[in-house]
Amino acid sequence: MIKPHGGQLVDRNVKKKDVDLEGYKTFEISTNTSEDILNIANGIFSPLKGFLCKNDLNNILNEKRLENDTPWTIPILIDFDKNDIKDIKEGDKVLLTNKETGITSVLDVEEIQSYDKKSIAQNVYKTQDVNHPGVANIYNMKEKLIGGKITVYDTKVREYDKYNLTPKETRFLFKEKGWRDIVAFQTRNPPHIGHEYVQKTALTFVDGIFINPIIGKKKSGDFTDDVILASYDTLMKHYYLKERAVMSILRTSMKYAGPREAIHHAIMRKNFGCTHFIVGRDHAGVGNYYGPYDAHDIFAEFPDLGIVPLFFRSFSRCTKCDSVVNDKICPHDQKYHINFAGKKIREILRNGQVPSEDMMRKEVSETILKFDKTFVE
Amino acid sequence: MEKESKNYTTISIPTPLAKKIKERIKGTGFTSLSSYVTYVLREIISSDREENEEAFTKEDEEKVRDRLRALGYLE
Repeated sequence: MIKPHGGQLVDRNVKKKDVDLEGYKTFEISTNTSEDILNIANGIFSPLKGFLCKNDLNNILNEKRLENDTPWTIPILIDFDKNDIKDIKEGDKVLLTNKETGITSVLDVEEIQSYDKKSIAQNVYKTQDVNHPGVANIYNMKEKLIGGKITVYDTKVREYDKYNLTPKETRFLFKEKGWRDIVAFQTRNPPHIGHEYVQKTALTFVDGIFINPIIGKKKSGDFTDDVILASYDTLMKHYYLKERAVMSILRTSMKYAGPREAIHHAIMRKNFGCTHFIVGRDHAGVGNYYGPYDAHDIFAEFPDLGIVPLFFRSFSRCTKCDSVVNDKICPHDQKYHINFAGKKIREILRNGQVPSEDMMRKEVSETILKFDKTFVE
Repeated sequence: MEKESKNYTTISIPTPLAKKIKERIKGTGFTSLSSYVTYVLREIISSDREENEEAFTKEDEEKVRDRLRALGYLE
C-alpha cells in the first residue's frame, strides 16, 4: 500500500473520557472549519496535525510546500475575530465546537498571527478579484489566525454515513480487495458518458477505481449532494463491476483554486491509499481564471508528490467513429463531435428534459429527474 | 563544503558535471542548474515512499472490517 503523504497517516482522534475539557474558552466554529478539523484528525490532510503556523503558511504561498519541503498547495487556516481572542495567548488551549458536525475538539494555540489576505489570494488563486469565490471567502475571513495542533474528542454520525470512509478504512478495504494500483476520480457532478469513458479508460490499467465525490459547500447552480450520490449509485449498479469500483464521499469545500487545488485533491486521494489520480480539463477551475490545462502543468513541479496524475484532455462523442473519443485519437472534423458540456446537460435537466443517451445514461438521467431539488440555490 | 541560509543551502558539485547539466537543461523548463538539481533530488528522495503496511491492532482490524461489512463494502 502506498505511504500516506509525509510518511505517516495522522490520527488526532482521542476518546473524550481521557481528558477534562472543562475550563477551556469555547468557540462555535463554522461547519466548513469543523470539516477541516475532521479531515486533519482522520488523516485526509496528512501530514498536517493542525492549522498552519506562519512559516508553513509563507512557504506554501511562496514555494507550494510546507516548511519541511513536503508538497502542499492550499492553506488550511482557522480565523478568529481579534476581540474574541484578546484574552487568549500562545500556549493556551481552546475548545472548538460545531452543532452540525457535533464536533468537540481542542486547538493548541501555538501561534497567533495577522496575515495578508491579498497575498493569499494572489498566490493561491492567482487573482485578487473578489468575484472569484475562493478569493471572496479569504476576504470574508476575520483578522487573526491561530496555528497549532488539533485533537478531536467527539463527533456525531451524519447524513451519508454509509458513504463516509476514512483513509484508515479505505486503505483496509483496498488491501482486502487485493487492489495494489488504485485510481481516484474526483467529482462534483453526476456522471455523463464522458466521465464514464475517462473512469473506465483509467480503470483498464489499474486494479480498482475510487470514486470520491466532494460533499459540502458548493456554489449556486451546482448539483446537490443527494443528486450526485444517487446518480453514481445508479451508474455503478448498472455499468460497473462491483469488485472493481468503490465510492465514498469527501467532506470538504471546493476552493476553486484550479491548479493548486488539483495538487491538493491528489494529496488527499494519496492519503486514502490511491496510487493514481485523474486530472481533467480545467480541474477545480471557475470562470476564466485558469487556463484549461494549468492543472496538468503544475504537476511537473512536484516530482516528489508520490501519486501519479493521469491527464485527460477534452473528450466528445464522434458520430463518424460512433464512439467516445478525445483529441488524440480521433481524426475527424469538429462537425462530427458532440461535446459533453456540463453546462448544456445542466440546462436540459433544469428544463425537466432527458439528455440524449449519447450524453448521459438513461438510468442516470431518470434518477436525477426524480429529485425535486436538483441544484444548489 | 556547504553554505546555508534559512531556506537554501549551496552544495558543491564537480564543474564538468555542472557544465553538462547546464547543456542538458537548455531549452527545457528548468531555469537554472539549482532548479534542475532540486527536481532530480526530490524525485530520488521520494522514490522510497512505496509499500506501507498499516499498523492495525487486532481490535482495530475487527472494528474496521465490521463497519465495512455493515456498510456493504465487504462481503
